[in-house]
Amino acid sequence: MTVKTVLTVNGERHELTVDPARRLSAVLREDLGLRGTKVGCDAGDCGACSVLVAGEAVCSCLMPVAQVRGREVTTVEGLSEGGLSALQQAFLRHGAAQCGICTPGMLIAAQALLAREPAPDRAEVEAALGGVLCRCTGYKKIIDAVMDVAPRPLGATPPAAGKAVGTRLERLDGVAKVAGSEIFGADRVPDDALLVRAVRAPFHAGRFALGDVAPWAAAKGVTVLTAADIPGVNRYGVIPGFEDQPALAVDRIRFKGEPVALVVGDPAVVESLDLADFPVDWQETPPVLTQTQSRATADSPLHETRAGNVLITGKVKQGDAQQGLASAAHVARGSLKTAYVEHAYIEPEAGVAWLEDGVLNIHACTQAPIMDRDATADILGLPRNRLRIRESATGGGFGSKLDVTLQPLIGLAALKTGKACRMVYSRRESMQTTTKRHPGDMQAQIGVAADGRLQAMVFSGDFNTGAYASWGPTVANRVPVHASGPYLMPNYHAEATALHSNGPSSGAFRGFGVPQAALLQETLFDDLALMLNMDRLEFRALNALQDGDQSVCGQEMRGVGIGACLAALKTPWEQANARVAAFNAESEHVKRGVGVASCWYGCGNTALPNPSTIRLGIKPDGSLCLHQGATDIGQGANTVIPQICADALGVAIADFTLIGTDTFLTPDCGKTSASRQTYVTGKAAEMAGLALRRAILGRANAGPEAEITLQDGGIVVTDNHQTRRIEPASLPQNEFGYVLMAEETYDPPTKTLDENGQGVPYAVYGYGAQMAEVEVDLRLGTTRVIRITAAHDLGRVINPLLTEGQIEGGIAQGLGMALMEEYIPGRTENLHDYLIPTIGDMPKIDPILIEVPDPEGPMGAKGLGEHVLIPTAPAILNAIRDACGARITQLPHRVLKAIQEAAK
Amino acid sequence: MTAFFQPENLTEALEWLGRNSGTIAAGCTDLLAATSAQSLQGDVLDVGALAEMSGISAQKDGWRIGAAATWADLAKAELPAAFYGLQQAALQVGSGQIQQVATVGGNLCNASPAADGLVPLLVLGAEVELASLRGRRRMALAAFVTGPRQTALAPDELMLAVHIPREQTGGYSAFVKLGARKYLVISIAMAAARVAVQNGKITDCALAIGACGPVATRLPRVEEMLLGRPVQGARDGLSEALISAQIAPIDDIRADSAYRRQAATEVLRRALETALEAAQ
Repeated sequence: MTVKTVLTVNGERHELTVDPARRLSAVLREDLGLRGTKVGCDAGDCGACSVLVAGEAVCSCLMPVAQVRGREVTTVEGLSEGGLSALQQAFLRHGAAQCGICTPGMLIAAQALLAREPAPDRAEVEAALGGVLCRCTGYKKIIDAVMDVAPRPLGATPPAAGKAVGTRLERLDGVAKVAGSEIFGADRVPDDALLVRAVRAPFHAGRFALGDVAPWAAAKGVTVLTAADIPGVNRYGVIPGFEDQPALAVDRIRFKGEPVALVVGDPAVVESLDLADFPVDWQETPPVLTQTQSRATADSPLHETRAGNVLITGKVKQGDAQQGLASAAHVARGSLKTAYVEHAYIEPEAGVAWLEDGVLNIHACTQAPIMDRDATADILGLPRNRLRIRESATGGGFGSKLDVTLQPLIGLAALKTGKACRMVYSRRESMQTTTKRHPGDMQAQIGVAADGRLQAMVFSGDFNTGAYASWGPTVANRVPVHASGPYLMPNYHAEATALHSNGPSSGAFRGFGVPQAALLQETLFDDLALMLNMDRLEFRALNALQDGDQSVCGQEMRGVGIGACLAALKTPWEQANARVAAFNAESEHVKRGVGVASCWYGCGNTALPNPSTIRLGIKPDGSLCLHQGATDIGQGANTVIPQICADALGVAIADFTLIGTDTFLTPDCGKTSASRQTYVTGKAAEMAGLALRRAILGRANAGPEAEITLQDGGIVVTDNHQTRRIEPASLPQNEFGYVLMAEETYDPPTKTLDENGQGVPYAVYGYGAQMAEVEVDLRLGTTRVIRITAAHDLGRVINPLLTEGQIEGGIAQGLGMALMEEYIPGRTENLHDYLIPTIGDMPKIDPILIEVPDPEGPMGAKGLGEHVLIPTAPAILNAIRDACGARITQLPHRVLKAIQEAAK
Repeated sequence: MTAFFQPENLTEALEWLGRNSGTIAAGCTDLLAATSAQSLQGDVLDVGALAEMSGISAQKDGWRIGAAATWADLAKAELPAAFYGLQQAALQVGSGQIQQVATVGGNLCNASPAADGLVPLLVLGAEVELASLRGRRRMALAAFVTGPRQTALAPDELMLAVHIPREQTGGYSAFVKLGARKYLVISIAMAAARVAVQNGKITDCALAIGACGPVATRLPRVEEMLLGRPVQGARDGLSEALISAQIAPIDDIRADSAYRRQAATEVLRRALETALEAAQ
């Protein structure tokens, strides 16, 4: 039923004919085209859809449009009058928007607060913004922004030529994010686009047979597509040799939510269909959901070619670990289990596909456009030059948006119907069917000599890799390479096995298994320090890797920053221990504790090629274009890569025109994963900048110290007070339309690992150490993290503002992993049963930025994105133990139980 | 053909209910969260704006909270100290955005075992007023909620208001909610306490626990035990064995029943302690 409705939005009166019971969010986005309002859950759990109704913030997804009842509605589009509001400017200035998907909701909630309290304190900001989830920022910069909205003079002075690196530069792509005009996966809607929905398996394991689909489709007026319609190879994967996942299932169901058919048609029809009556015969069988069950059903594996349900086992072996343990003065032994963890970005997967001049275009959120192109082209039987992947803004990824999800599905629908086809995952679809962090079931023994020096470590772990391979092989290989932590470990034997189950596929999630392994290693380190009666920080510092040491892979390490990170924590550590002791002397049932943990993380693929290519050119009109193909999922590649390139070239960063990720326009910068973009693409950008600089200086016959400025369409080169001007308009253009161009490729120099994992897995590593102060309520077992001091070695800090944002956001995810996050297949498929930290759960965070230059990285820089999450959870666990003696061996924590066990 | 009916007044609403069987909607925060569709499905009666169901007011025999009053209305209303726990609960329903539109009556009629509103209303001895074309009736809130997602509301009935009898508004109250995070959280366990104190002794006592059984429950045996007791040491009278016997928690994704038993006891002690401190 539809009725005439009058809606006043942002001061504009709209008359429309709509279903009065329809969500206001849907009316705003789909009927009025106001897509600044985001939808993250349709359940009031995330607050991204917040709008003002009569000045009060409400979730527009929970309000039937008829309930607006003539009141004024204000959306994010209504916040800026002719320019960014003071609040929006504050968000930009403080780096409060990373991916930008929660930003409209945050802005609206803040606007409602500021209208009644122009100068709120921190507690008031937290209370007002408590209903909006952010997965990127860790909330700190959002709070800072809301508390600092006093107008400033517009436009901070942009850095001069050669001064971009090291500057607290606002995101170059930030204005659209705070204005609400950024185009995310669900925001590009061609006229007459059809809607695609998937029919998904209602159980974890079983078989199915499609019924008589044609009459059903005819009756509903829709097109149905099944595996039989797939023109190419209905099997994909992210790692060559491990392609095992069908785009649409055939006969067999391996995980809950696996798609078996697509329904395509008019959006109004498809949206309201009840897919429960789709003609399919489901036959459920008992599922295998844990590593234990996977081992127990080894004789009937999930995939016939994978005996024992084993996808792969990774191994690193050095020296004689057993002998090392036998001769150790003390040996710590332990085990630890971690849960499935959901990425929980606020943007569910979304995108649109259409045909243009015989080319299939796909505009969707992603972390890996070239991989999307290759996988989708193979599934659809298209040559690669007939498929164009255009990255939409990506509302968070954290690893999961490396894998294709809806790209082949909307591509198939567009090919078959000839029309533009959209698909927007519901929160449930996103949580049920996309990859997760591997649950780990790990055991380890670590031995030390009486003087506190590490002797040996044995580690083994079973990792639940779920239904399909995804990044399971990467996790199985990364874990043994990193499980020692950034310490000198002369004797070592580590193995990690990825086991299939009927859970969702485990894939890439910030750290690729390293956070799980670090939990066990770092908690055992506290045992060792206790056995040695040695200060826990001192024990780590004593064993920290140093330049020239060999890693467990036999790699000679350079630019090692862990010692500097641990040294930077010394004073904060002493102060925190003193604070805690004073508090505990006065407090009976609430106790505080301090814990520390380290991290290291190799940047880029493990001993495999992963090149990035940057193209940079000057057009006849003198404009300077940077083809930046590293997807920015909020982490800041769109800002950091130009910063590096600008300083290498020696021009002002403001001179760049950025050309964003598009497989027809940008050379391959690989995937945004493995903390590789600042390092690998940054290095390519540095090389391209230097190459273009050489070309310009060569043409001007100028020396290497000459200054380059772009002025009025010309290139001005000043050398020793002599000025020469190059007129681009007078030069011939190359095939890309450039008169001067550089294109450089960088691939990290690694060395294949042998059967014992010996070699050079990575060319560059980053390091960090974090200290957590927590408060444990001994009667309830609740834990509050009070403060995290985070020392991270970046080699060279390209952008301190974005760096802090990465650290704060990584800590939020680490805190969630330690204290609350547990994805249970089939049970926590929403954001009220699956909990991530809210603005009120975050501690004070003190970042300490360390620069131990890396000889290989661009300008000395190392990666950071994943490092920041790794030490948080083990530091929190160690702090809990320090506070109350509870030893946590299962995540998320069950502190009260552990306290009671510790008391036995 | 489905309808979304927004009546002008109570009579229209009751007439609609007399003729139709549909969903009664007010704040819609539970209803729209429960559907994957983009609209509320089926026939809907929207009572959210009915004047007869709005407002919070003092009356001669107590207080009346309109069933369509929102949690934000309740949080900012000027009410006696006995309502403090209820107002604290109001600030913990979902998020600020939810509190703006979610209603007291909706929370009670939705009858979730973890409803935040039920527990603090129980310690105020709340009664609910139900209306239909057949007439009006009042019943104790404790009797109204009959099970998880089950109430005594007849198909043609509407909850008009919640009444707090004046004799139940003595003393001071407190509400303690235990969840796994700060905001936007469903309770693992929660408790409310209302007490009055004279000469260091407890003269009035009402206790309730939620999220630890099919429905939130008052604890009459424990209340009786505390009456006349000195404030000093009252907390220690609430042993886990005693409290455990009054509740029936389940294992779910938020916690197991063993933890809930311990936690329920502790949150109840804290609610009692806080209320007693205020009462002294």
